[in-house]
Amino acid sequence: MSTTTSPPVASTSTLPAELRVSLYETMVLSRTFEEAILREYHADKGPGFDIGKGLIPGEMHLSAGQEPVAAGVCAHLTTADAVTATHRPHHFAIAHGVDLRRMTAEIFGRVDGLGKGRGGHMHLFDPDTHFSCSGIIAEGYPPALGMAFAFQRQGSNSIAVAVTGEGAANQGAFHESLNLAALWKLPVVFVVEDNDWGISVPRRASTSVGNNADRAVANGMPGVRVEDNDVEAVWEAARTAVQRARAGEGPSLIEVHTLRMWGHFEGDAQGYRPELAEVAAHDPIPAYASKLIAAGNLDAAAVERIRASASERVEDAVAFAKASPVPDPATAHDYVFNERSTR
Amino acid sequence: MTITEVRSERLTTSRAMVQAIDLAMERDERVIYLGEDVGMYGGIFSSTTGLLDKYGPSRVLDTPISESAFIGLAIGAATEGMRPIAELMFSDFMGVCLDQIYNHMAKIGFESGGNVKVPMVLTMAVGGGYSDGAQHSQCLWGTFAHLPGMKVVVPSNPYDAKGLMTAAIRDDNPVVYMFHKGVMGLPWMAKNPRSVADVPAEAYEVPIGKANLAREGTDVTVVTISLSVHHCLDVAEALAPQGISVEVIDLRSLVPLDRHAILQSVAKTRRLVVVDEDYQSFGMSGEVAATITDADPSLLTAPVVRVGNPDVPVPYAHALEYAILPRPDRIEAAIRMVVGA
Repeated sequence: MSTTTSPPVASTSTLPAELRVSLYETMVLSRTFEEAILREYHADKGPGFDIGKGLIPGEMHLSAGQEPVAAGVCAHLTTADAVTATHRPHHFAIAHGVDLRRMTAEIFGRVDGLGKGRGGHMHLFDPDTHFSCSGIIAEGYPPALGMAFAFQRQGSNSIAVAVTGEGAANQGAFHESLNLAALWKLPVVFVVEDNDWGISVPRRASTSVGNNADRAVANGMPGVRVEDNDVEAVWEAARTAVQRARAGEGPSLIEVHTLRMWGHFEGDAQGYRPELAEVAAHDPIPAYASKLIAAGNLDAAAVERIRASASERVEDAVAFAKASPVPDPATAHDYVFNERSTR
Repeated sequence: MTITEVRSERLTTSRAMVQAIDLAMERDERVIYLGEDVGMYGGIFSSTTGLLDKYGPSRVLDTPISESAFIGLAIGAATEGMRPIAELMFSDFMGVCLDQIYNHMAKIGFESGGNVKVPMVLTMAVGGGYSDGAQHSQCLWGTFAHLPGMKVVVPSNPYDAKGLMTAAIRDDNPVVYMFHKGVMGLPWMAKNPRSVADVPAEAYEVPIGKANLAREGTDVTVVTISLSVHHCLDVAEALAPQGISVEVIDLRSLVPLDRHAILQSVAKTRRLVVVDEDYQSFGMSGEVAATITDADPSLLTAPVVRVGNPDVPVPYAHALEYAILPRPDRIEAAIRMVVGA
């Protein structure tokens, strides 16, 4: 097996119009969802900002700007494939097809949520789509190996996609997982979302290599870095990696240089971020809309229709969540174990 | 009358543990065993002897020294329908992989509102007494038991080792299975005669969460677990001729804790000694004592006496290590103090 770092991937061919529109729709749905979460999250945090208050309490890590990564990767997956995402999971959950209503209800901490209110936004588990996420940096990688291992043993064609940020690539679990996945030729695609920032620490202050794909090569698997935050470039890189995993040839790693448009979490004033004023200009979604309009794949009316349709789905999910009951405090002890009689 | 032939054989604790795994692997392809040196070597403490020969490297897997990766792998495989057994060579090594254990293995079921199951067993060797120093001699069951979402079983003898392993593999929850090196019956380590016993040949379960009344007595209840059970039984036998009747309860599991068995025994004897090889403070001995005081402090006619590791890293030098372990001399002194003899 040759393991070389490929040059930065750029989109070379033209994707079919239908696929392009679908990638765009996924990104718009994710952004629309997060704008709604943002609105609901901040609706009742006052006076001032009390993180524990409101309809959606607690930390909130939104993924605006990173939609190209999720849309480009998940376009190659079915719900029989597994995805393990991070503390910033919404774009991957949506792109992978997690039920929007139950996901929203979980974020609102309601009984109809994916975890019946036990998980919250960093702990979304959906067995129907084999989706999960972890709030601990890099620690979603090891379970993905096991999902891939089980698929392999079960003779299925399914694969596992494991997502982290660039900060996680300096964690032990990241390196352990790459080595073991390559050693056992597990059907895994490792995705590193490089959004330049580990909360407030820039990549240059945390990471000894310019390209995390080099770390893939060091562990015996192909690695590529997608330098543009371009959904089509991600789609192409993921196609190769997913095909390789499905063919039983082992894991690959894709690092995408993406963009965290908002704070690490809501309430983060981002005073550490000198380029903040320019961020909005790099929003990948309007850029992609312009590209598709110029190519004749979309027109202004279609863009509006897609936006309206996303909004309708999102508001339906928010209404569903708000209508779902708050969990009964008497059930706070449930689900620690599978049976209830162990206390 | 039907005469049923009960087949049994004399096994060490380690052989009994392996037999349970063997029988489970035979009948359920989803069961695999993975860890460091569990293949050709057969487990550093003989936890997998012979399994590689019988099931091959696709089901008995030697892993890299990457505990986060392979324990996490077991977790992911369990969520996708397998029933893996992962071995952490020493409980002392939990520090390199604890996140997978307590934040993932133990919490996924809860965080998913019961929608995702993690049916796996995490085995590990525990305990000291052979000068392996402060990083290879700890018990740490109190630490695992403190963290919610995992059952914690600690067999003391061959019969329980087999039955608890069978129950652990069949359980739909994550189960931490801790085997004390001193109860395994290893030829290269001092062993108590109770490390070898007759064990039924077929698969059977010892229910997780039920203590074993290891010896009946009337004057004092000694609640203990693991290798200390052997020491307590030795002391109880020695004190019987002197007119001190000691009841010994082998908890067998810390999670769930059989509080009923503790209360029932203390209600009879009115005196309690807790013997625990783990660190004393914030651990099993305090929890057992609180079981009485939470329910009815008036059950006790004397203060509870605890015999534990006095919160000292396990020393290397033999004389120092044996000064902090709950050895028979300390156990006997505690019993005499409680019964006023």
